[in-house]
Amino acid sequence: MAGSIALRHTAELTAQPRATTESGIVRWLLISVALAFLVIFLFVPLVAVFAQGLQKGVTAYFDALRQPDALAAIRLTLLTAAIAVPLNLIFGVAAAWAITKFEFVGKSLLITLIDIPFAVSPVISGLIFVLLFGLQGWLGPWLDSHDIKIIFAVPGIILATIFITFPFVARELIPLMQAQGTEEEQAALVLGASGWQTFFRVTLPNIKWGLLYGVILCNARAMGEFGAVSVVSGHIRGQTNTMPLYVEILYNEYSFAAAFAVASLLALLALVTLAAKSIVEWKTQQQLLTDERVAVKESL
Amino acid sequence: MSIEVQNITKTFGHFTALQNVNFQVPTGELVALLGPSGSGKTTLLRIIAGLEGADQGRVLFHGEDATNRNVGERHVGFVFQHYALFRHMTVFENVAFGLRVRPRRSRPPESELRKTVHDLLSLVQLEQLADRYPSQLSGGQRQRVALARALAVRPQVLLLDEPFGALDAKVRKELRAWLRRLHDELHVTSVFVTHDQDEALEVADCVVIMHQGRIEQVGTPNDVFHHPATEFVMHFLGDVNAFHGRVDAGIVQFGSLELPFPEDRQQIAGDARVFIRPHDVTIDTKTNGLPAMEAKVVRVHSAGPLVRVDLLTSANQRLTSEISQERFATMNLQMESRVYVRPRHIRVFAGNGIESL
Repeated sequence: MAGSIALRHTAELTAQPRATTESGIVRWLLISVALAFLVIFLFVPLVAVFAQGLQKGVTAYFDALRQPDALAAIRLTLLTAAIAVPLNLIFGVAAAWAITKFEFVGKSLLITLIDIPFAVSPVISGLIFVLLFGLQGWLGPWLDSHDIKIIFAVPGIILATIFITFPFVARELIPLMQAQGTEEEQAALVLGASGWQTFFRVTLPNIKWGLLYGVILCNARAMGEFGAVSVVSGHIRGQTNTMPLYVEILYNEYSFAAAFAVASLLALLALVTLAAKSIVEWKTQQQLLTDERVAVKESL
Repeated sequence: MSIEVQNITKTFGHFTALQNVNFQVPTGELVALLGPSGSGKTTLLRIIAGLEGADQGRVLFHGEDATNRNVGERHVGFVFQHYALFRHMTVFENVAFGLRVRPRRSRPPESELRKTVHDLLSLVQLEQLADRYPSQLSGGQRQRVALARALAVRPQVLLLDEPFGALDAKVRKELRAWLRRLHDELHVTSVFVTHDQDEALEVADCVVIMHQGRIEQVGTPNDVFHHPATEFVMHFLGDVNAFHGRVDAGIVQFGSLELPFPEDRQQIAGDARVFIRPHDVTIDTKTNGLPAMEAKVVRVHSAGPLVRVDLLTSANQRLTSEISQERFATMNLQMESRVYVRPRHIRVFAGNGIESL
């Protein structure tokens, strides 16, 4: 009896590898479903954007981009990103540093707060600012009496963008810095380095790829954000329209070619972001690989 | 520079890591903080370094209170258990770090810095690896880089946290002999933390044995090994056979043995714990008239410098004896062989005190 049980057991064990791999048909099916999904939902729209943008020819395409309103939208988008990304870079590094290197009261609250922009709908994020700075809002009357315009003006757009994009850098850095621990910083301090020296000579070089990755994602979102910005912008042509808002206006006015021309610029940005992201990932991977190769060589 | 630790107490939440710890390290000595994990030894080392603050008590360097001195101002060298080398810097830059971050006034010129670093690298025998990155080094090499980096700032005190903890047994043995030689060469006051009693006894001038946040005993390796002050030290410093017994009127009785015990100064009758190290247990195949316990051989483990013989006494008590290979060869021991067991040296802990025989 005992022998037969043992035999059955070994039979199960040898059968296991076959059980964990799928048959050829299933594999083929899964791959084609995934590919079809990618083509329908990602590749076709991307091609469509460029095709629509160029449907009236290259000249019309560039004319649409040269419109003063289009140029203003591009400028505003770049300005917003140029302010929001550096601020979030500083905030993200500071938050990640505080969370991973120190113990303090309210730490878990801070981690939760960082995630709020991810958790709430962008429309709500925009409304928060209208509630705060709008004419009927808390600070509205005071701002109005001092002639400071935030809502339906550029400052509101920048504020909303900062709010929407602030988790990106911090979220990217926190797990990385947690994994790296604090020992290298402690070693630097024991060796007599100041806090700034420790940060610039030890911490920053260790997190640079993760930081760059966070900045790339942050930038992509800052340029592409629609919902929150739409609520606070007021859609004033040539003044408070960012590229995504401008695309929508053109589309609503049935100027499809122009809408898609501007949209293609955003799509191009997405592609550049993807490429940059892949390069950064490849760099990180490369670093890991050399580390591993060395480890293997050592153990031989 | 001497180190003095006075009344240090440290708690983490409800856990008391250190309780009223006092000890001194004279200038130029190499001291081991020895204890099982959770005994507070690493916390104590980090408090000396200034990486951790004590709840109470003071740390004195050279008689001066350093308790409130910043970690960077204490001028200590600290070697971390996992080395904590700067992973994006070469070996050379790792060692040079402490010199490069100095204020401009006291920073050595580049040529002098290069010479200092190369001297240190040759001291730790790693000159040819100066351009490598930490990830390209073996554990033992990383350990030596960490040591060179700590020494680069000319520390007055060198603190090492489990310096050989992450290395395999052979490298460990080589490195600890090397550390001892290095210390004899440099004579910088050093404290290292370890849980390995062999390491502590072999390398240190003085051993501080810790248990549950308290110091159990401080002494030279010889002292603590041959004259353990507490039962914990007795257990921790090596294998031991333990018996429950009684002391009464100058006699200690355990198992089937009754031995005269004139050192029982307290003259109180009562329970006692009797300890015998395996190498203090002699075995004979014939009785020679001296008091002995009868036992039979249960297991023989002869692959080693000494032969370990596991025994079961007639009172059904297990004990272990360690005898030389030569003695083992002359005795012709078999499984189940009947032998006579006699302790050469025992330690008796009666009441709270300790007596030995």
